[in-house]
Amino acid sequence: MNTYFHSVRLDRDKCKGCTNCIKHCPTEAIRVRGGKAQIIAERCIDCGECIRVCPYHAKIAYTDPFSDIGKFKYKIALPAPSLYGQFKNLTSIDRVVMGLKLMGFDEVYEVARAADIVSCAIREKIQKKKNLPVISSACPAIVRLIQVRFPGLIDNIIDLLSPMEVAASVAKREYAEKYGVSQKDIGTFFITPCPAKMTSIKNPYGIGKSSVDGAFSVIDIYGLLAGQLKKPGIVESEGETASVYGVGWANSGGEAAAAGITNSLAVDGIGNVIKVLEEIENMKLTDLQYFEGLACPGGCVGGPLTFENPYVARTRIKALSAKIANTEPSYDYAQKYIADGTVDFREPVKARPVMKIDADMVTAMKKLEAIEEIAKRLPGLDCGSCGSPSCHAMAEDIVLGDAKEMDCVFKLRDKVTSLAEQMVELTGKGKKETDR
Amino acid sequence: MPDVFRETFEIASGDFASAGEASAKIKSILRMIGLDPALTRRVTIASYEAELNMIIHSHGGEMTVEISPDAVLLHCEDTGPGIEDIDMAMQEGYSTAPFDVRMMGFGAGMGLPNMKKNSDEFTIRSDSGGTRLDMRFDIK
Repeated sequence: MNTYFHSVRLDRDKCKGCTNCIKHCPTEAIRVRGGKAQIIAERCIDCGECIRVCPYHAKIAYTDPFSDIGKFKYKIALPAPSLYGQFKNLTSIDRVVMGLKLMGFDEVYEVARAADIVSCAIREKIQKKKNLPVISSACPAIVRLIQVRFPGLIDNIIDLLSPMEVAASVAKREYAEKYGVSQKDIGTFFITPCPAKMTSIKNPYGIGKSSVDGAFSVIDIYGLLAGQLKKPGIVESEGETASVYGVGWANSGGEAAAAGITNSLAVDGIGNVIKVLEEIENMKLTDLQYFEGLACPGGCVGGPLTFENPYVARTRIKALSAKIANTEPSYDYAQKYIADGTVDFREPVKARPVMKIDADMVTAMKKLEAIEEIAKRLPGLDCGSCGSPSCHAMAEDIVLGDAKEMDCVFKLRDKVTSLAEQMVELTGKGKKETDR
Repeated sequence: MPDVFRETFEIASGDFASAGEASAKIKSILRMIGLDPALTRRVTIASYEAELNMIIHSHGGEMTVEISPDAVLLHCEDTGPGIEDIDMAMQEGYSTAPFDVRMMGFGAGMGLPNMKKNSDEFTIRSDSGGTRLDMRFDIK
């Protein structure tokens, strides 16, 4: 793969070169150079943490323009369950389904329904996994984080595709069979709460090519969809619906609950997830069966491309869930897609050793020695003024040729002070001589 | 001196607030060098257990990581009461950790067995003055 697609990007005009994003990036993938932020593409996991913290909204997520649905003869919407928590006074999920149809989609396949299928698959698969705890594969930012920062835990990841991926593949198949049309003419579009999902469509994991044809952010379609929801007479939906459990995947802990795993741990917020992954790596949690780590606060409801406050959205989803008649994932329905391998990874997830400083080990060791040497000379304040996220990261950047020691404001101040003293000394000497 | 990278970490007795920091640092070093993830994980587990042992049982000590093209070495040296019965301590589940430490989730009696299991060579010496551990992890 030569060019790795990233949803998270920089709007240079809006960037003021402050240090908020570099300090919050979990993979140290951002630097400020020449007064503007730069994203190191190989390191970025598209978690969207920088989007959340940028006070100038200079970090943006690319999602597809809505007009892209026109590229396909038949268009299927794949709403993420977190979408349901975005609307005040929403009386039923059916209204969202019908609203999406009024927007121009021929069919709506709830990602929550695919979540039901995946939940059943987890139940089966978890019995066969040796490395405990088994780690969820649903949050693409966490899978990328593991590839980059915790490659030793790759074998713990459950080898099942995400509900989004399963939804796209199942929706296409069912629509093609039902209407006797070619799958090539069907476009599937995910309504996404986060940039990581967008990235995982272009650069999928566990499968060579994604069945999802595009993604629109919740925020982008919000106005259009809200307008449809107002229209009267769109209450009933004729299709099959997801269960309470599938919808529950929107919230942190929903996945383990749906899979019926009681010995599980659900953690949300990428900083919290990192701490627990460290513990898993240190073999501290081998008595745990399942780990559900979600990058966003509260789970997918806290995605950076959502509109509503995650706590409000979570409560709304719970209220909506109480009205769902379907209270169990249909195992019979799921079985078909489990048996034929639709839910399975087609290829293993691989480590991405992007933290490596040189291809040759001995050279890397020499560089590392130089880095530690420089790091000792730096003030250790981790202020970020140099544009690197910490003094140690700056030492790395210096050795890798991306920064100079005098980029450190404290180093510079010391240098200026010593130069000034030398000048005073020099002029003092000069004065004595002229006085004579 | 051939190509060797060496770094030493001070480990303070009872310093649970810093528990895991030295092994996290070692892990980050190995990642930057580009060591195989599975081997990195083994070194990480062993160094974490050694670090915790020093915090829990010793009066403090040092952990040194030494990396050469063919092996990663971990040397741990502490002062303290030492280990009374090494054979017992090497058994899984045997622990002399006090109750409060076990309540913190440590002291499961897996420390030394895990170090031995994850390293390619493991030597331990201990007397009433302290303990010395040497571990070797081969780079293939």
